[in-house]
Amino acid sequence: MKGIYTWSAIFAIVFASVVGDVLLARAMKQVGDVGALWRRIGFVAVIGRTLGNPYFLFGVTAMAVAFFSLLFALSWGDVSLVAPAAASLTFIGNAVAAKIFLHERVDRRRWIAAGLVAAGVALLAG
Amino acid sequence: MNFRKYLVLAGVTVFAAAGDSMLSHGMKQTGSISLNHLQGVIFAVLNPWVAIGILLLLAFFATYMTALSWADLTYVLPATSLGYVLLALVARFLLHEHVSPLRWLGIALITGGVGFIAGGPALTEHPHTAKAQDAPSAIAVGQAPLVAKNARNGAPSGVES
Repeated sequence: MKGIYTWSAIFAIVFASVVGDVLLARAMKQVGDVGALWRRIGFVAVIGRTLGNPYFLFGVTAMAVAFFSLLFALSWGDVSLVAPAAASLTFIGNAVAAKIFLHERVDRRRWIAAGLVAAGVALLAG
Repeated sequence: MNFRKYLVLAGVTVFAAAGDSMLSHGMKQTGSISLNHLQGVIFAVLNPWVAIGILLLLAFFATYMTALSWADLTYVLPATSLGYVLLALVARFLLHEHVSPLRWLGIALITGGVGFIAGGPALTEHPHTAKAQDAPSAIAVGQAPLVAKNARNGAPSGVES
């Protein structure tokens, strides 16, 4: 029974952090190249533009949800299961979500990279 | 991708790894925090390791957002996963912890994954963004020599007047 709780919390972490990453990536694409903007409109204006982007605020909220899901997951399961499982599933989830929602060209090279990194993270933290 | 952008990616990697390890080191000193005693969080922040860890994670977030402003999510995430490798190497060579063969395999897989991504383009060129940003180059590829010729022809007259 505890296993079900732990895995639900792990999926909550993965879901929230994938949503957060996709929203933040979209927000920053809308803001534009930060380095170039900094030179053109100044540091404070770049910060203001980023914080004023609705996708950015939703993204940060999703990241906060992911963080609290992590706290719950850690209270139910071992850190040696929760941390690698959540991290490696997030890599795979992000590749899928970036392809669907951000229309990134996730070619074979990127699938292999995401798969290798996900497997490596699972081994490293396990 | 220029040198400055690789520096930002390195920043994402190092800040995340360093921030996480400082935070975990500090939290082990302060002890566990329960939901019933949330005031423990305030004492945790007063721990210098935790404070430095939080500053480093803020730096991580700033560099991560910068990287996402000019590179794909599916490029930034694998590229910065070397942080896990960095943590394992620090554990092995600075803290002299034992790193099992399975973990070395994990390091090899991550490094291989980063190698795969590094050779490809950092940003997907979208048709609609390309149209919006460089409309002339997207539409009039065939006309480009013509434009260049006009510019060449125009230049001498500009100099003369």
